Amino acid sequence: MSLHGSTYEPKSGFGKWMDERLPIGRLMHTQFVDFPTPRNLNYLWTFGGILTFFLMAQIVTGIVLAMHYQPSAAAAFNSIEDIRRDVNYGWLMRDLHAVGASMFFLAAYIHIFRGLYYGSYKSPREVLWIIGVLIFVVMMATAFMGYSLPWGQMSFWAVTVITNLFSSLDSIINGLGTTIVQWLWGGYAVSGTTLNRFYSLHYLLPFVIAGLVGLHLWALHIVGQNSPTGLDVKTKSDAVPMHPYATSKDAVGMFAFLILFAWFVFFLPDYLGHPDNFIPANPLVTPPHIVPEWYFLPYYAILRAIPNKLFGVIAMFSSIAVLLFVPWLDRSRVRSAKYRPLYKWFFWLFAFTCVALGYLGSKPPEATYVFWARIFTIYYFAYFLIVMPLVGWLEKPKKLPGSITEAVLGKDAAQAAQVAAE
Amino acid sequence: MTRPEPAWRLAAAVLLAVVALGGAVRAEEAGKEETPARQQWSFAGFTGSYNQAQLQRGFQVFQQVCTACHSLKRVRFRNLAEPGGPDFPVEAVKALAASWPYQISGELDDEGHPIDRLPGLADPIIGPYKNDKEARAAQNGALPPDLSLIVRARTIESHASWYRQWINMVRDIVTARQDGGADYVYDLLTGFRDQPPAGVEMADGKYYNVTFPGHQISMPPPLSKDNVIEYQPNAGAKASFDQNVRDVTAFLAWAADPSLDARKKLGWQVLFYLVITTLLLYVAKKRIWARVKH
Repeated sequence: MSLHGSTYEPKSGFGKWMDERLPIGRLMHTQFVDFPTPRNLNYLWTFGGILTFFLMAQIVTGIVLAMHYQPSAAAAFNSIEDIRRDVNYGWLMRDLHAVGASMFFLAAYIHIFRGLYYGSYKSPREVLWIIGVLIFVVMMATAFMGYSLPWGQMSFWAVTVITNLFSSLDSIINGLGTTIVQWLWGGYAVSGTTLNRFYSLHYLLPFVIAGLVGLHLWALHIVGQNSPTGLDVKTKSDAVPMHPYATSKDAVGMFAFLILFAWFVFFLPDYLGHPDNFIPANPLVTPPHIVPEWYFLPYYAILRAIPNKLFGVIAMFSSIAVLLFVPWLDRSRVRSAKYRPLYKWFFWLFAFTCVALGYLGSKPPEATYVFWARIFTIYYFAYFLIVMPLVGWLEKPKKLPGSITEAVLGKDAAQAAQVAAE
Repeated sequence: MTRPEPAWRLAAAVLLAVVALGGAVRAEEAGKEETPARQQWSFAGFTGSYNQAQLQRGFQVFQQVCTACHSLKRVRFRNLAEPGGPDFPVEAVKALAASWPYQISGELDDEGHPIDRLPGLADPIIGPYKNDKEARAAQNGALPPDLSLIVRARTIESHASWYRQWINMVRDIVTARQDGGADYVYDLLTGFRDQPPAGVEMADGKYYNVTFPGHQISMPPPLSKDNVIEYQPNAGAKASFDQNVRDVTAFLAWAADPSLDARKKLGWQVLFYLVITTLLLYVAKKRIWARVKH
């Protein structure tokens, strides 16, 4: 993708010397300055940059916290209180990291729903999408293990409940599930050993995410960005150089999002957490309602919607695994839901379903809540397995503009721009 | 393409938020008896901060009443003299520690014998019991919890209808209210009743409390209308049962979240910077994009 050609010219002697040996400056310039971005991108396209920022911010605050945190069952809870009370700006580091995880997920969800709405997973972006799903899965593992580290009541019992899910495999091969669970725990119960290994992995996985993000960007820069029209960049006039156009817009989006982040960090640091996590872990006392962090609630609702434990676990994992097949499940020839009058409604119903499942996941598994959780679980899967293949085939899409330029300027001006470009 | 200008869309979003908030306030007024009571706290919301005089009164109540059974171990005596808290003079806190009724135990003297000693500024605010077992033995099997985090470790359960819970959520986020823990402690301390309702069988040594889960609590009513903790004339408030409860709850809220004042102050500085920078970046972006139609 170099419609505009490289404008990179090393100015200093060192720059020229480097360019002939390791042209990293040229690479960065081509990929992040000259890189053609569609001229019609809206603010939803700024979330990729926001996510990159949050990954880096989480790593930085995490490294600082790791300097003070003590990963043992006896000391973990106290060390976090010491960070809050006695480490200089420790409360700030801890709140940035904990709220940062929530904001990371919020941004990821907006990013994923943007991809779903504008059909960013469709050919030739299947691999790009799949790497994105893998990043999401590793993010979830990282966040889950991170949540165990404060070693409060909710940390402890969330680890107990989630690791115990694997014991459902006992109903396939007797003893298999128990063996896996004991292997995960490093013993016969959730203990300090479990905390130690989760801490080790919590420190490792962010770097795995960083590697996957590199692949995600690589794939993106091979196929180019999708756009709100769902059309690819075809001519020079369809695109603008990434810098200063996309970068200036990304900066606005990022700072606007940071306002929300700061609001929670400084004024609502406990709001997204659970009060029970201010009680030190106690294996002898089970909290009345065990709930995961808000970003896992929809999956938790799906898990509990199904009466059989094994099938509940399968449904929960399938709800994420199904995303891997989205590029082939959607049979529509048109990418963007903007031109799909019927599909659009199903999309918004799906978005509503995810929020509803989140609400139901926060409630105790009582009759009315379980009933609605089942209804919404059915639609969750129907959206991928029935709506996507069928609506794509049934629906008559609206007429697409001939190009991004035409969508922006109108037909006549687009032709004029075409001529001028040639 | 005819697409609303970003500024218009932003305005629409703000308008939507205002309408939602207005609706939330009206819905709140309509359904007062359904939602659990929210108390007024000086430290609640995005403008909130601790009231130093209240924290000092609250400490007085804590010292005279709560310390009979409870510790406050995550708070150290020196914290009582720090800004953003009760902010007592250091000399007064030194004297307080030196006259504390309980001693630090378990340290060894030069011959290796365990000793007891008086706490100093750097020591935790200890309670009467050396360990949980001693506490349970003295308290008929019940464990008086350490109160350092009690306000953050509790909240009030909302019984509102599902749509009002969403409205409340928006309202709490917009007003930055996360003070369910203080509401709970207030409700608990004012929730004791002399007689349980008809038909409720009380276990031995339990007291009826409308707020406590299960309604049977081992703690006798620590404060009551008949036994008001009197304040100094210059303490800033007239002593009453309700005032005692509010003050001690505020003190425990500070004990659980001592960085609240510093946090909110820094928060305003950060928000000011972020809002100004966002506006400047937006203007810059407008000027850059003015070169191309989009």
